[in-house]
Amino acid sequence: MEEKNFICTACPTGCRLIVRMEGDEVVKILGNRCRKGETYGRQEAISPQRMVSSTVRVANGFHPLLPVYTKGAIPKRRIAEVLEKIRAVEVQAPLSAEDVIISNVIGTGVNVVASRDMPAKE
Amino acid sequence: MFIKNKYDVVVIGGGPGGLAAAIEAKKGGAEDVLVIERDVELGGILLQCIHNGFGLQTFKEDLPGPEYAQRFINEAKSLGISFLLDAMVMDVTSQRKLYVSSQDFGYVEIDALAIVLAMGCREKTRPQVRIPGTRPNGVFTAGTAQRWVNVEGYMPGKNFVILGSGDIGMIMARRLTFEGAHVERVLEIQSYLSGLSRNYVQCLEDWDISLQLQHTVKRIIGKNRVEAIEAVVVDSHWNYIPGTEEIIPCDTLLLSVGLIPENELSKKAGVAIDPVTGGPYVDEKFQTNIPGIFAAGNVVHVYDLVDYVSMAGVGAGKSAAEFALAEKERSARYIPLVPGKNVRYIVPHRLDKRALEKGDVSLQMRVSKPIEEDVWLEVRNQNNSIVRRSERYVRPGEMVTIVLKPNMADELEKSDSLIVDIYPKSEV
Repeated sequence: MEEKNFICTACPTGCRLIVRMEGDEVVKILGNRCRKGETYGRQEAISPQRMVSSTVRVANGFHPLLPVYTKGAIPKRRIAEVLEKIRAVEVQAPLSAEDVIISNVIGTGVNVVASRDMPAKE
Repeated sequence: MFIKNKYDVVVIGGGPGGLAAAIEAKKGGAEDVLVIERDVELGGILLQCIHNGFGLQTFKEDLPGPEYAQRFINEAKSLGISFLLDAMVMDVTSQRKLYVSSQDFGYVEIDALAIVLAMGCREKTRPQVRIPGTRPNGVFTAGTAQRWVNVEGYMPGKNFVILGSGDIGMIMARRLTFEGAHVERVLEIQSYLSGLSRNYVQCLEDWDISLQLQHTVKRIIGKNRVEAIEAVVVDSHWNYIPGTEEIIPCDTLLLSVGLIPENELSKKAGVAIDPVTGGPYVDEKFQTNIPGIFAAGNVVHVYDLVDYVSMAGVGAGKSAAEFALAEKERSARYIPLVPGKNVRYIVPHRLDKRALEKGDVSLQMRVSKPIEEDVWLEVRNQNNSIVRRSERYVRPGEMVTIVLKPNMADELEKSDSLIVDIYPKSEV
């Protein structure tokens, strides 16, 4: 039996998780204080997922950049690809929070959305 | 929009603490609520905190900072709260008067029935942690770098060392890596992480950025631009351990070495500051030692989660509204005493409508001109005569007194003002 140690990032509490594995299968999760921790531990042991936030360039915006984020978690190993897609985008102000900037980014089924309203330059 | 010179509640600072306070004050019945913000937009430091992790408690969602702020901004706007942006509060008094300099309105004086201090905190800088060495360009606080990278679109450097394992430092380590920079390592003088464990995992571990505990910067090297730093191991008293020095080439040093509540204004109003937190002493209503001045958020003590800042804002906003409403009610009970015929002045100048519940009230006055015959001294309100007594004469040199009795309480309650006339009986 293999044991993996993680610090849960599902919330700021930072529980120390012990995930017992048999081969590729999770058999036991210890150290979590809530259900989220169990989900996190299982996911982290099999295929770690992360939310990604960055910025895109805005034409005619109140600011030159618009903060964006993935509306859900994506596989950790694909973060670089997502960042590359985000970097290639330029949007036009005005925009509202939650406007979709890239839909289904690199086929993950997750949208990249605006993190705030971005008024046009006055 | 225009700025009035009187508000029920004035909130200083439009970040998460201030927005929550303003919203709660408005919901708590304060009619005129004003938020004064020095930046050109609302949201405070959340606007540059583009990473997720905000709102798990408040919204049960994992949101980036700007979106967390956006929700409060939208709510505040929908409630009809007033905002004064791009404006500095230069002074606040214990009498709750604010002196403000504004880009749009110039110099403004504002009276508030209640004030909420929500100025947040600011980062410690190089002088506060006393780092020896030269003074080249390339030494920034982590928050400054965050503002550049996430809002203004500048990269502060290419090769970074970060001093301090505070949350913003770790978050910037990841952020700079995302933007193509190299983060050599994070140094922490203490033997433990100073930020949240989750940030260590997501920001350093995920990106193979090494954290060295019990390490600090002994010296900054470089003439015009940072060229390297000299790192050193410290003992438990933070003394350098000789022989452990290491030169680390880099062009930028970021400091994430702590935050200080920003209380220059609070002190001007006479608010007492706790030397441990650096913020005002507050009671359970978030009221400072100055009645009617409340404080919430990082201006009181440095929080690690914005959700808790918002909760504190709610508490302070609610208390501020209560105070403002009580103050309003109290002042609404006062009516003026108006000198009528042949009366020069009356003391007291104003009167609590409920004053007679507690006993007699004597009104003292002087006449404008002598009347050397029988006179009536009469107190009346807008509709009725309340009391009338006679004197054989009145003279300016001799003070005149009229006593209001508890049996006049009902009539007083109905009065908008009390007028006193003194006139010859022959005139009636």
